[in-house]
Amino acid sequence: MATMTMIQAIRSALDVALGRDENVVVFGEDVGYFGGVFRCTEGLQAKYGKTRVFDTPIAEGGIVGVAIGMAAYGLRPVAEIQFADYVYPGYDQIVSGAARIRYRSAGDFISPLTLRMPCGGGIYGGQTHSQSPEALFTHVCGLRTVMPSNPYDAKGLLIAAIECDDPVIFLEPKRLYNGPFDGHHDRPLVAWTGHPRADVPEGHYTVPLESAAVFRPGRDLTVLTYGTMVWVAACAAEETGIDAEIIDLRSLWPMDLDTVVTSVKRTGRCVVVHEATRTSGFGAELAALVQEHCFWHLEAPIERVTGWDTPYPHAQEWQYFPGPDRVGAAYRRTMEA
Amino acid sequence: MPAYPPLSLHIPEPPGRPGVPTDFSYLKVSPAGAVRRPPIDARPDDTMDIAESLVRVLDDDGEARGPWAPAADPALLRRGLRTMLLTRAFDARMLIAQRQKKLSFYMQSLGEEAIAIGQALALAPDDMCFPTYRQQGILIARGYPLVDMMCQLFSNPRDPVKGRQLPVMYTSRAHGFFTIAGNLGTQYIQAVGWAMASAIKGDTRIVSAWIGDGSTAAADFHNALTFACVYHAPVILNVVNNQWAISSFQTLAGGEAATFAARGVGNGIASLRVDGNDFLAVLAASAWAQERAHRGCGATLIEWITYRAGAHSTSDDPSKYRPADDWARFPLGDPVARLAQHLTRIGAWSDAEHASTQAEVEAEVMAAQKEAESYGTLASGHVHDASMMFDDVYRDMPAHLRRQRAQAQGA
Ligand SMILES: Cc1ncc(C[n+]2csc(CCOP(=O)(O)OP(=O)(O)O)c2C)c(N)n1
Ligand SMILES: [Mg+2]
Repeated sequence: MATMTMIQAIRSALDVALGRDENVVVFGEDVGYFGGVFRCTEGLQAKYGKTRVFDTPIAEGGIVGVAIGMAAYGLRPVAEIQFADYVYPGYDQIVSGAARIRYRSAGDFISPLTLRMPCGGGIYGGQTHSQSPEALFTHVCGLRTVMPSNPYDAKGLLIAAIECDDPVIFLEPKRLYNGPFDGHHDRPLVAWTGHPRADVPEGHYTVPLESAAVFRPGRDLTVLTYGTMVWVAACAAEETGIDAEIIDLRSLWPMDLDTVVTSVKRTGRCVVVHEATRTSGFGAELAALVQEHCFWHLEAPIERVTGWDTPYPHAQEWQYFPGPDRVGAAYRRTMEA
Repeated sequence: MPAYPPLSLHIPEPPGRPGVPTDFSYLKVSPAGAVRRPPIDARPDDTMDIAESLVRVLDDDGEARGPWAPAADPALLRRGLRTMLLTRAFDARMLIAQRQKKLSFYMQSLGEEAIAIGQALALAPDDMCFPTYRQQGILIARGYPLVDMMCQLFSNPRDPVKGRQLPVMYTSRAHGFFTIAGNLGTQYIQAVGWAMASAIKGDTRIVSAWIGDGSTAAADFHNALTFACVYHAPVILNVVNNQWAISSFQTLAGGEAATFAARGVGNGIASLRVDGNDFLAVLAASAWAQERAHRGCGATLIEWITYRAGAHSTSDDPSKYRPADDWARFPLGDPVARLAQHLTRIGAWSDAEHASTQAEVEAEVMAAQKEAESYGTLASGHVHDASMMFDDVYRDMPAHLRRQRAQAQGA
């Protein structure tokens, strides 16, 4: 065991995967010599060589396209998109290519690739370094979409993603890279050091895909969330004194419906929290699933706390970000309903 | 079939790394005055030799040579030099202000000022520019108020983009400066669309499009070349080859096998490869390209050779990936020093004037900063009211955003 930040845990996952399987290749913009703008691949080129860890041209469509070709050949490409906000030139390759190759060839070809991309706000990145585009991927059949909330899960999920035969979109909440973040941006930074979820085995392990975690058990209401918002949701529970059961979905789609349904049936109340914009966000799917599976157990309307339906602003970042006050207010409304 | 050897993957290497001094022989530099100047209506394929050499006017002694030496008015050159000094002083002050957290982020244009400023001076004021984040020189050359630039940088209540964009993402329709995109390359094909619109409407305005060497890898670059070729769009397609794209050397965009200018020729576009640190060459090549666009001869691609002297941005640390003394050893020198040398040589500048101009532009920047700071900075928390983040998503705010705005205000 070692204490790792989320960056170190991701690097460790890549290191383990590169070491165990010579078909694993890692690439992306600034990923090779430099080690990535967030340093997630630092040292890996020196260790595994320039044809296994390398830099690419600035062409996201090209990055995804070559990943598909390599994956079809039999490699296990792990490509980095420098920011999720820059994935769009690769979207056609993801939707029309990676997601459908198995289906359209009836399994003759597959796309076992992993696309890592930092997402989310909280770093004054403005509208092109802050987006949470998960719903653009959960909407596409054939993709798996994953978002960890801590170093332990990040490593285990990333190894599981790389070993998975399906294409996986691996979203990394950048605000969690160096420490947990409860939404109180005006308080001192908290590091991962000493945090139980930063205790990460150095070797190989996986956190299975399609499995959610009960991040905080509770009796009053169920919170369905993922990524940075797991920490915000937990903070809101402490601050309101409402005993929220917080479910960290980890795998957004396909997902662990049993854990969700069991919890909501028990608490009878449900709040969905995500940082992405509201309309047609993944929260809409979650609310629909809860309604379909738990309607007769619900004692209150399902609440959604999300980013507003605007691009992510720069100076007004903290009015945009759904912080603990907004989440806590939703808990109260849900309890009072 | 013969027995072939096993294949291997080619990974391009930069000519220098920390601890390994850069071998700049890769640059292919032509002597000043050596490259021919084709007629304005040259066929695209008749520019291949120019796309593979380097148009230069100023020699090592600051003398203007050859067919590209423009009949430039010394007053225009002096204006260019002053604008470069002003831009450099502006960048230097804003870097300090960023360290003081008055702005969240900054990107300087150190070392490549001549290109944006020279082209701005060669264009008509109403010709449209589609810049990247490194062409602040265009705005400054066109007289956009420094105070307004700083208000954008400080995200204060006078920020023309209402605090919505990262610092340096300026916009000014009035100054022919298209809103800067964070998504690399997107502006390049949009510029071609603007140029096509000007042609569709029978207008006389042309367009200046900008992209970095690294971003030429993006599909939008290739789309732009195709559309510009097909429709003979009146556009100057500038490629600023400052050798680096964050940590990636220009070979990672394909600069190893062919020049960026040669890509233009291959796409049916007349193309020039030009010394971007030679202010006179910038003026002359820009004038050639704009003349072609106006005369209906179509697009011109210009690859400008320069060097990104500073870090990519305030979030970057170039000492991790390139030698620290690269800029000092860059064969094409510093555009400011080279233009000053030329003007001094023709008796239109002096050391004393250089010093007094330097003091003048610094005072101008300081005064602008003082005023801009009086309206607030990100550090002081004086920013646009949060409710304004719901404006401009649509022309008229739909019901769902009015509802969300009310919620955000705690209603
Ligand atoms: C589509 C997209 N991908 C990646 C990025 C991240 N990024 C910002 S600037 C940059 C390097 C651009 O280099 P270049 O085009 O050479 O311009 P320069 O910075 O040298 O002026 C990268 C990779 C981005 N902004 N947009
Ligand atoms: Mg560059």
